[in-house]
Amino acid sequence: MPNDLPFDLRPSRRTVTMGLAAGVAAALLPWRAQALDTGTARALVVEAVAQVNRTINSGKSEGQMYADFERLFSRYADVPAIARTALGVAARSASRQEISAFTQAYQGYIARKYGKRFREFIGSEIKVIDARPMKSAVEVISTAYLRNENPFEVRWHVSDRSGRPAFFNIIIEGVNMLASERAEVGALLDRNRGSIPALTEQLRRAS
Amino acid sequence: MEHRTAILRGCRIAAHGALFALLGAFVSACAGSANPTQTINDPDEADNRQIHEFNKSVDTAVLRPASRAYAVLPDPVERGINNFADNLDLPGETLNSLLQGRPGAAVGNAARFVVNTTIGIGGLFDPAHAMGIEGRNTDFGETLYIWGANEGVYGEVPFLGPRTERDLVGDVVDVALNPLRLIVPSGVRTAGRAAEVGSILGDRARYSETIDSVLYESADSYSQTRLLYLQNRRFELGQTGGADDAYIDPYAIDPYEDFDAQ
Repeated sequence: MPNDLPFDLRPSRRTVTMGLAAGVAAALLPWRAQALDTGTARALVVEAVAQVNRTINSGKSEGQMYADFERLFSRYADVPAIARTALGVAARSASRQEISAFTQAYQGYIARKYGKRFREFIGSEIKVIDARPMKSAVEVISTAYLRNENPFEVRWHVSDRSGRPAFFNIIIEGVNMLASERAEVGALLDRNRGSIPALTEQLRRAS
Repeated sequence: MEHRTAILRGCRIAAHGALFALLGAFVSACAGSANPTQTINDPDEADNRQIHEFNKSVDTAVLRPASRAYAVLPDPVERGINNFADNLDLPGETLNSLLQGRPGAAVGNAARFVVNTTIGIGGLFDPAHAMGIEGRNTDFGETLYIWGANEGVYGEVPFLGPRTERDLVGDVVDVALNPLRLIVPSGVRTAGRAAEVGSILGDRARYSETIDSVLYESADSYSQTRLLYLQNRRFELGQTGGADDAYIDPYAIDPYEDFDAQ
């Protein structure tokens, strides 16, 4: 896909026009497929996996590891997009503050929920084998090698629509993380009688 | 108890469903109809939820504690039991591979059976793997899929857990048509059933963190189980509507628009 930013404007154009065009492009940016290339998406996944492995093998305490996982999750994943999607239709009627508090709590909750499974990944290896463009994202295909287990397929969906490359979904042998998360968050929201602040509080406390 | 009526009803639905699915299998095999891939077809959800609670209580009371006891066995012993159970599945898998029109897989499965039964001392060891002879795990549920049978409704079966109608029929046929009945003495079959139980316990122990997180730590274990089972089974069968099937676009106005198209 061609780059939509006006980088190729000839120098003869007036700076005013350039400024205007850049302003318009910036306004449109979040809504445009930025044609993230497969190489960048691959590199993101490779780096994220390496960082997670480093934490797992660091010998840190569990509490320190959870803090690391949360930091890595917010760096390599598009947490606001994941949180919004997990919340589903409820996100539409929520206030900006509610969403932002929810996103913050959700980030820690995810880091702990998946982080406490870290033992399964000790000595594991995830090899990136391919990447391909999708509708408006890149799919990075990898194989996970865990101890005492047959290798299995992990797919990562990566986009740069947040303004930087970040993954927003992981699919393990067909099991879609965003879909599971939406089911889970939906059920939790029901338990809290549809109240996002109450749900946020519950996620904050959940171990 | 409320559970019991739900379970009886569940069995009835299952039996009814099985018959229906089998008929459907042949009808749709002729029609060659395609299947929607991401939909959840669970019309008896209320009953299924009760069966789910029953299955969960079986896990809590029996399966989980038994699997913990079983996990005490040394790894090589467990592996031997798994190998033995897996080996006894191979004749049925050979037959299913043939029915699916996969001669290569059939040869692989048959060769594994011959090598592991002889050199592998009755299937306790898996020398075929070391020799590079690979088979293909399969079942009659997959055969029905290949023949064009519809997935049917989703449900939970008492003691067995989540199944689609098609896979439930597959299980019944796999037991009924197992070629093992003809080729091995009944003593071996009894040992085989014991090994089967052992390998189930072993799996329950090995995947305990995943299973516990779904059954005991999720807010709605029924819907998580259903989602996991359907997505993974469809993945195994290659039953996807296209490469972008799993794609959820969180940047779209309605992220689930394509995904959930029910």
